[in-house]
Amino acid sequence: MNTPPGVLHTVNKSPFASASLESCLRHLSEGASLLLIEDGVYAALTGSAFSERLATAARQHALYVLGPDLEARGLAGRPLVDGLQIVDYQDFVRLAAEHATVHAWF
Amino acid sequence: MASKRFLFVNRKAPFGSGQAGEMLDAALIAASFDQHVHLAFLDDGVFQLIKHQRPDTLEQRDFASTFLDLAEYDIDHVWVERDSLAERGLTETDLLIPVTLVDRATLSRMMADIDVVISA
Repeated sequence: MNTPPGVLHTVNKSPFASASLESCLRHLSEGASLLLIEDGVYAALTGSAFSERLATAARQHALYVLGPDLEARGLAGRPLVDGLQIVDYQDFVRLAAEHATVHAWF
Repeated sequence: MASKRFLFVNRKAPFGSGQAGEMLDAALIAASFDQHVHLAFLDDGVFQLIKHQRPDTLEQRDFASTFLDLAEYDIDHVWVERDSLAERGLTETDLLIPVTLVDRATLSRMMADIDVVISA
């Protein structure tokens, strides 16, 4: 039987300008998922100083990135960190409903 | 009015705060008063220059059209810190306009030498 979903974390800050994502990654518990939104989507880029950190987390947790926020920032279609799944606003709502709690990191 | 050399140091991503737009406005105003305006982009400021952005989808302001028209404001000097691009997995080909790439040490010297530096 699958473990029931735990916490859905959302991060809306660039990892290059804020420690929010780093702190969030250090606090991911078992069954936790992470959704990158707004400026948080900059963490999804490959070949960056943060890529490996995110790729490591993706091997243990479900990681999502909000597609419309990628598109607005000119990042649609770019290669993203392995294991990241692009979602839309409806998925965002579904993920929030499916998880036990939502933890928004500002 | 005496003309000074201004360096606007853009360090913020385009949409997360209003600061990117305020810096651009300040630079355009300085240029309209016949000051010598230089723009530098470093840290998350390099994200302002990425091609194919769609600010309209977020009902945000479109900077791209202004960047493409900088010559009309006599702003010819656009510097981008090479190190900041590399840290973000970006290259010069990802950028909307022609820029001059400079390394961190060179940009530090420019900041020290210019008359007025405004950074946000």
